Amino acid sequence: MSEEFKVEIVNPEKSFFSSENVTEVIVPAFEGEMGILKDHISIISFLKPGIIKIFSKNVEEKFYVDDGIVEFKDNNLSVLTSSIFNLKDFDKSVIDKNLSDAEKSLENPDLDDQKKFLIEQKIESLRSISTS
Amino acid sequence: MPSLDDLKKRITSVKSTQKITKAMKMVATAKLRKAQENAEKGRPYSERMNNIILNLSGGVSDKENSSKLLVGTGKDDTHLCVVLTADRGLCGGFNTNIIKKAKSHFEDIKKQGKNLKIITVGMKGYDQLKRNYSNQIIEKITFKESKNINYFDADKVGKIVLEKFEKEEFDVCHIFYNQFKNVMTQIPQKQQIIPLQKEENADTPEKDNLNYEFEPDEDEILNNLLPKNISTQIFKAMLENSASEQGSRMTAMDNATRNAGELVDKLSIEYNRSRQAAITKELIEIISGAESL
Repeated sequence: MSEEFKVEIVNPEKSFFSSENVTEVIVPAFEGEMGILKDHISIISFLKPGIIKIFSKNVEEKFYVDDGIVEFKDNNLSVLTSSIFNLKDFDKSVIDKNLSDAEKSLENPDLDDQKKFLIEQKIESLRSISTS
Repeated sequence: MPSLDDLKKRITSVKSTQKITKAMKMVATAKLRKAQENAEKGRPYSERMNNIILNLSGGVSDKENSSKLLVGTGKDDTHLCVVLTADRGLCGGFNTNIIKKAKSHFEDIKKQGKNLKIITVGMKGYDQLKRNYSNQIIEKITFKESKNINYFDADKVGKIVLEKFEKEEFDVCHIFYNQFKNVMTQIPQKQQIIPLQKEENADTPEKDNLNYEFEPDEDEILNNLLPKNISTQIFKAMLENSASEQGSRMTAMDNATRNAGELVDKLSIEYNRSRQAAITKELIEIISGAESL
């Protein structure tokens, strides 16, 4: 029996990525990273800034996301996100700009805890990308 | 009766107008294809978003504490209307149709003695509304500089709307835009985005939502999702609008080109007739002059 399922990443402008045969997807869900395999229970969750990793038989794709929603149902995984970059063509200058923007917004004193947490996550994952 | 020279000038001027409308039509055709493609590409996102929200809102456990974006503020004293129009004219009834729809809604609100606030997106809407509703327009936004419709712009509008909602400046929000049906027909639409209105389709209540697992929990996801949905809905409206605008302009320019052609034909006939008449007159004069000798 095959261990593969379908994944689709949609952003507002178009269907960003779609694949019929992936074996595992790791998404940065709000309460921690979550690995999804075939026949996972139906789930809805939202994302914090981080990296989506998609594994299929011999390829591995990585995407950076700012926010989004994941829905898994009947072996269909859909990710809705408004800001997504493929790590392959994620420019160093773009990363740095995002990073400095995020750092600046952290200085804003009237942030609530959740927003602060999200921004910190963003900074952390951007840093890890830019150093790797 | 205009002189030959005048007729000639008119014919050339109509012809050059025709050239312009023809060019505009072709540009609109090319843009339409792109806009249509974009609108189609953008559909899955908003549809999925809608589905998830429908699934979620069906499962909300306690209605009283859930987000105000979903259930409303409990009042409906102040209405906010976001009117999405084009930045450019010369597109037939496109802008007028939206404005007409919006105006009739404004009048309804006024009749009910409720407060009205307007946000216009696009130059033309502001131009047409400022005469009658200049006091009610609280914000005007244009995206004349950005070439393509992008989510970033829609998000800006969405954020403005949300900000005002959080400050409790309004209770109900509608958006007005043209839905693209085909090149010939665009339907002006009124859509309520705050509080979210569930489409009352018979086929929507699929009760499979009970099988979902939620992480963290429904309410939290919903609170995270609903603000995004505002931007998504506005983005969808903007995409539909841009396809409609180009479609409408194409039809309008096609008509204009055809009308100009008819006018040129008519004027040419008139020109030829009067030229012939002048020649005949001269001949008669010469012949009768020769006869009298």
